[in-house]
Amino acid sequence: MRFLPDAEQRAFTDSLHAMLTAADTPAVIREWSRGDHASGRALWRRVARAGVFGLAVPEEHGGLGRHPVELALAFVELGRHAVPGPLVETVAAAVLLADPPLAKRFLPGLLAGTDLATTAVVPNGHALDGDAAAVRLARIPGGLRLASAGPVRRSLDPARRLTPLAPDGELLDPGPPFGLALTWARLAVAAQALGVGFALLDRTVAYVCRRSQFGAPVGSFQAVKHRLADAATALEFARPLLFGAAVSLRPADVAAAKLTACEAAYTTARTALQLHGAIGYTAEYDLSLWLTKARALRTAWGTPEECREVFLEDALRTSAPSDSP
Amino acid sequence: MDLTHSEADEEFRAEARAWLRAHVPRTPLPSLETAEGFAAHRAWEAELAADRWSVVSWPQRYGGRDAGLLRWLVFEEEYWAAGAPGRVGQNGVSLLAPTLFDHGTQEQRARVLPPMATGEVVWAQAWSEPEAGSDLASLTSRAVRTDGGWLLNGQKTWSSRAAFADRAFGLFRSHPDAPKPHQGLTYLMFDLRAPGVTVRPIGRLDGRPAFAELFLDDVFVPDEDVIGEPGRGWRIAMSTAGNERGLTLRSPGRFLAAAARLAELWRERGCPEHARTRVADALIGARAYQLFTYAAASRFLEGERLGPESSMNKVFWSELDLALHETALDLLDGEGETAGSDWSEGYVFALAGPIYAGTNEIQRDIVAERLLGLPKGRR
Repeated sequence: MRFLPDAEQRAFTDSLHAMLTAADTPAVIREWSRGDHASGRALWRRVARAGVFGLAVPEEHGGLGRHPVELALAFVELGRHAVPGPLVETVAAAVLLADPPLAKRFLPGLLAGTDLATTAVVPNGHALDGDAAAVRLARIPGGLRLASAGPVRRSLDPARRLTPLAPDGELLDPGPPFGLALTWARLAVAAQALGVGFALLDRTVAYVCRRSQFGAPVGSFQAVKHRLADAATALEFARPLLFGAAVSLRPADVAAAKLTACEAAYTTARTALQLHGAIGYTAEYDLSLWLTKARALRTAWGTPEECREVFLEDALRTSAPSDSP
Repeated sequence: MDLTHSEADEEFRAEARAWLRAHVPRTPLPSLETAEGFAAHRAWEAELAADRWSVVSWPQRYGGRDAGLLRWLVFEEEYWAAGAPGRVGQNGVSLLAPTLFDHGTQEQRARVLPPMATGEVVWAQAWSEPEAGSDLASLTSRAVRTDGGWLLNGQKTWSSRAAFADRAFGLFRSHPDAPKPHQGLTYLMFDLRAPGVTVRPIGRLDGRPAFAELFLDDVFVPDEDVIGEPGRGWRIAMSTAGNERGLTLRSPGRFLAAAARLAELWRERGCPEHARTRVADALIGARAYQLFTYAAASRFLEGERLGPESSMNKVFWSELDLALHETALDLLDGEGETAGSDWSEGYVFALAGPIYAGTNEIQRDIVAERLLGLPKGRR
């Protein structure tokens, strides 16, 4: 029992954080939102070189072996810096393309960061950035097919460029591991949402310390303090669920973590907007890059209700009286 | 990151489980907040103590098993899962004992702890006063120096368990000229049956005397019952408040068991849709609290001090507990209104959670100021 990141994991997180801090992500995000992918692709390659996508790929396919805890740690940082692009979708693709010939054909590009992947595998789920992704995977009743991307639709989060996928390409695999890919994707979204929440909290704390009204920083007022305390509490209690889920990788644990992290991030987003006041309600102010993402992630890869059902079904099954000793 | 217990800890779990299975009363004891129930709970403490299960984290010489923090968490999981009774000695065990371990004398530990472990002496806390609640440091009950000890005068209130308990511990103003309110306080233990003490039980919401007012009129306390240096009581009381509030006041095992019982109730009632979300959230909340505690315990075991996150903890479990009981009463439908069931008594108890041990508003101030670094302001 030692439920903490070890020194190596901390060093990995710190180096990713430092790299992303230096990358000036707000400028990259705004370019990406306009469909100008150059700076985003450069950043993407650095994320790939840091080994992030390799954490979802076994060693025999060129990855680092499957390391869900490290992946979750990495995605917290990617969320904290609101890195744009189909990050979660690329992880899902890396898990889906498990069949050795497919792995050999597609994974080198994904691991190197030269190729982005996007996927449409959950009902009503959007594929992200089909215009930028080289590998587009769509789920059909008979398996997994290559797909072509339709026109980009605007998301509430401008950095999430939604593209419908038409499964008009080659049939890649009649039975890929959809369930496992969903689990990894949900774990990544949960982590990303938690990072988004922490960024919103930090920015808002800094703002309410700076902003004065009635002759005092607004952060000295109890009504403001209590909202921030509640946001911090929600995030801090989502964190252990995330890492508990990364340790077990049970779909029910991952669903509970996804639900809780996304709710905590969304609560924090509402608080962040309210406490910033009108300036927070502008697209120009960088806070908007995280605010809108918190809302979008809440339903990405499974709504709160779907995740709750996955959790509840498992909880009722494992605690059923007939199973008790 | 590792969430598996050591083999030795799992053996300890099995031993605790077997003992509890053989000893936990088959029918629930009468309410702790009645004379009859208090006596029954005291007898249960003696039964636990006879096999050294009452204070597993204490050193063996005081009746414990030297169980570390992780083993204590394991024990608590088993204890509450077994449906074992509430702990009448909780105030003494989770608040006074840690203070004695850190600040008491050898003589005090040897004298006070063994009868606390067996339930022979049950302790009440005496912190709040009519004019000093959240602003505890403004308390005015006096301790005046006299030959061989101190004379207490004043009034304490909301003293949990005091209606039936034997002794109490609390803070008194011993140095009224000290420059700041939280200076000049002394931490003392006193006998609730000593001459000059009047205990007036207070009925909580359901009328049961869960706490009491204490009127103190020249109550003599010998020097041997002062904890630490006179005048340093605030610091002594607070030094354990953070750690204890964080990890030992309400263990995750309690809420895991309560959430499981709630899920069971929901299933018995045919899984009604209206409670579906709340049942799931109670189960998830209890699991989050358990994992949060394992993370905090891991940090504590590596020598980190736990500070203001204890306040986060208190807000979280008290709100979880209340939500969980509210859901249960809704599921019980018309029966939920009936007083005296386990769930309704649990609900009344849960209603106090956001108030005692520092109100949740005070805890949120602490989180905001000490954890997030927001500027101090008017309360």
